[in-house]
Amino acid sequence: MTLIVKKTTQLIAGMIFMYGIYVIVHGHLTPGGGFAGGVIVAGSLILITLAFGVDFLKLVKEEAGTTIIESMATLIVILIATAGFLFGTHVFFNNFLPKGVVGELVSAGTLPLYNIFVGTEVAASIFIIFLSLIIFKEESPQ
Amino acid sequence: MNPLLPLFVIAPLAAAFLIMIIGRFVSEFNKYFTSLVLLFLACLSFYFLFTTGENQFVYKVGGWEPVNKIPIGIYMVMDGFTAIIVCIINLIGFLAAFYSISYIKRYTAENYFYALFCLMIAGMNGVVISGDFFNIFVFLEISVISSYALVAFGVEKEELEASFKYQVLGALASFLILIGIGLIYWKAKTLNIADIKTAFANDYDKTYYTFVQILILSGFGLKAAIIPFHAWLPDAHSSAPSPISAMLSGVLIKAVGIYVIIRLFFNMFVISESMSVLITVLGTLSMVIGVFLAIGQWDIKRLLAYHSISQMGYVVLAVGMGMVLISRGERPEVAALAITGGIFHLINHAAFKGLLFLNAGAIEYTIGTRNLKEMGGLARSMPATSATSFVASMSISGIPPFNGFFSKLIIIVAAVMGRFYLLAALAVIVSVITLASFLKFQRYAFYNETDAKRDKVKEVPFPMIFSMVVLSVICLALSLLVIPEIREAVLTPAINILTDPAKYTSTIIGQ
Amino acid sequence: MMPYIMCFILFLVGLYGVITRRNLVKIAVSLSIMEISTFLFFALIGYIDGGVAPIVDPADPVKTYVDPLPQALVLTAIVIGLATTSMLMAIIIRLYRKYGTFDIREIKNLRG
Repeated sequence: MTLIVKKTTQLIAGMIFMYGIYVIVHGHLTPGGGFAGGVIVAGSLILITLAFGVDFLKLVKEEAGTTIIESMATLIVILIATAGFLFGTHVFFNNFLPKGVVGELVSAGTLPLYNIFVGTEVAASIFIIFLSLIIFKEESPQ
Repeated sequence: MNPLLPLFVIAPLAAAFLIMIIGRFVSEFNKYFTSLVLLFLACLSFYFLFTTGENQFVYKVGGWEPVNKIPIGIYMVMDGFTAIIVCIINLIGFLAAFYSISYIKRYTAENYFYALFCLMIAGMNGVVISGDFFNIFVFLEISVISSYALVAFGVEKEELEASFKYQVLGALASFLILIGIGLIYWKAKTLNIADIKTAFANDYDKTYYTFVQILILSGFGLKAAIIPFHAWLPDAHSSAPSPISAMLSGVLIKAVGIYVIIRLFFNMFVISESMSVLITVLGTLSMVIGVFLAIGQWDIKRLLAYHSISQMGYVVLAVGMGMVLISRGERPEVAALAITGGIFHLINHAAFKGLLFLNAGAIEYTIGTRNLKEMGGLARSMPATSATSFVASMSISGIPPFNGFFSKLIIIVAAVMGRFYLLAALAVIVSVITLASFLKFQRYAFYNETDAKRDKVKEVPFPMIFSMVVLSVICLALSLLVIPEIREAVLTPAINILTDPAKYTSTIIGQ
Repeated sequence: MMPYIMCFILFLVGLYGVITRRNLVKIAVSLSIMEISTFLFFALIGYIDGGVAPIVDPADPVKTYVDPLPQALVLTAIVIGLATTSMLMAIIIRLYRKYGTFDIREIKNLRG
């Protein structure tokens, strides 16, 4: 890619990542939450990969690592849901942590935890879709 | 509030992601873990089958109790009809997963196969358990997207083309269902199935209601492959790997197609005569056209796929006859008999069609071709496969004492008693033509003359034999369901939930 | 009444694209247009006259809010649509590798 694209990416990609994390963490106060914030975080990662380009072996290693991150994030979501089953009444997805004052950042029980892990999982899975399409194109006989 | 109900969804979901992580490091972990999880789910579903009976179990997700008698949470409901379908899904899922321990060695990327298989089972369990209309749509999409990937698993030319056709038609069906959900929410202002029935029972606009019913019937009819929505089924079911064909044809078109149509039209919509006549006509067309398209086929799996369309036509015909009789308000015992025949044929078809596809997979595993003209004389060298194939062929044609005979007999007797003489005659003719088609299959595959190079084939490995033998024993044991005591315990609770107009809603709203 | 008719026309445009276009990628894009019209229809259903966006401000909590349930349903459906479209694109790339063309009239191995 040309110099303008690389310089702009160096300036912007970190801010997009921070904005994505802001949308995920404030999911119970402002619109957004896990899905939308996860897509923004994945967008910043895809921007870096497109602008700078990585060679083939590193892509395969990145795909393996991202798959493990995605599976672990989903298992932690299921674990939080089951933790509601064990502590408190026998109900899955129960909201068992203390709910604070309306409008604070640390409030509403388990909702911010769900948002964070679902956001990680959505970002990882969209990045995996992008990486596997690139790997398929790279390893084809030209 | 029964806390065991969400296990049907959470256990396969957690298993799928565990397989993705641990399967990278430990080599033989994925296949045995899948079989273990599915065996646990099969035992749990049999426990629910024997303890449900006439009462319903309701589970409110998140513990949101109703406010002013209006349900505001997502409900999961287990009643008599759901218990039967959950048993079918998990039992045939376990047998197909055990079969694929030795079948999938031919393909690469086994890890992804077992993870997608567990996701498909989780989606199907979620569809039959949920009591909330949008939840049905979400779990439907989970299971159907997994099946798109599984159909295209061995990436050859034909499998990719079949998967593409399946995907475009499946996406079209999903949009029709989503528009139907939107139109229902507009008027009823709620998404709970029991609550929609009470909202629609007061007063409704008849043309609006019929439009919504036709949209829902088209959407789910595309998933269930009724004529004229059958165009994807022969390609998709014949190109998939064999355990996936058994799951698709034996379970998926029932759990996300026929089950949802029966549940919505009996428990959510008010039954009207025009829609019942439409459903009966569609069932008859499926039955007749499916079997005529199947006669000229020389590829075994395409032959079995066309027969799936025809047998599903039997089920839709029986349910349609029951709906016509209920809507006219006459002879409720004949309606109950027709619906009993339909649900019994649903259970039987899962067993023998699954067995037939597993047999076709065993033949393809040893010989390597699917064309009937190139096979012959397998009965001596593959005894287990040919014996189980004989049992399955006699079941599907309706020969006593196998299970197909009893379910077809109940449907034909109900048709004669309800004075639908033309439908009874068509059912008998279609059964005779099915027998002719399967006699051709048996002769060309197993009992024909053999040539020298066929004498070197061996029997298939042990996991495949185990699944086929267990399914053939189930085919024989299911014919015991016609005895009155066993029928009272298993089938009659399902019929009561469906035909009694107030029973489903009163239990859910009251809790 | 006009927004609903616009949604319906968008659905018909997408359906026309799926039926008549020969290029595989154009079929996938037409499917995306159809699903977007469905989401628009869903979001329009929950509108109440004089309502504001359903975000609770702790200083002034009692107002007329627009119905938030269809908006939550549309969020879920958008993610499902993303999964469907990406699955379709993966199959299209592999189809191009095997057959060498994007034209749907050439991909006719299975018949009968």
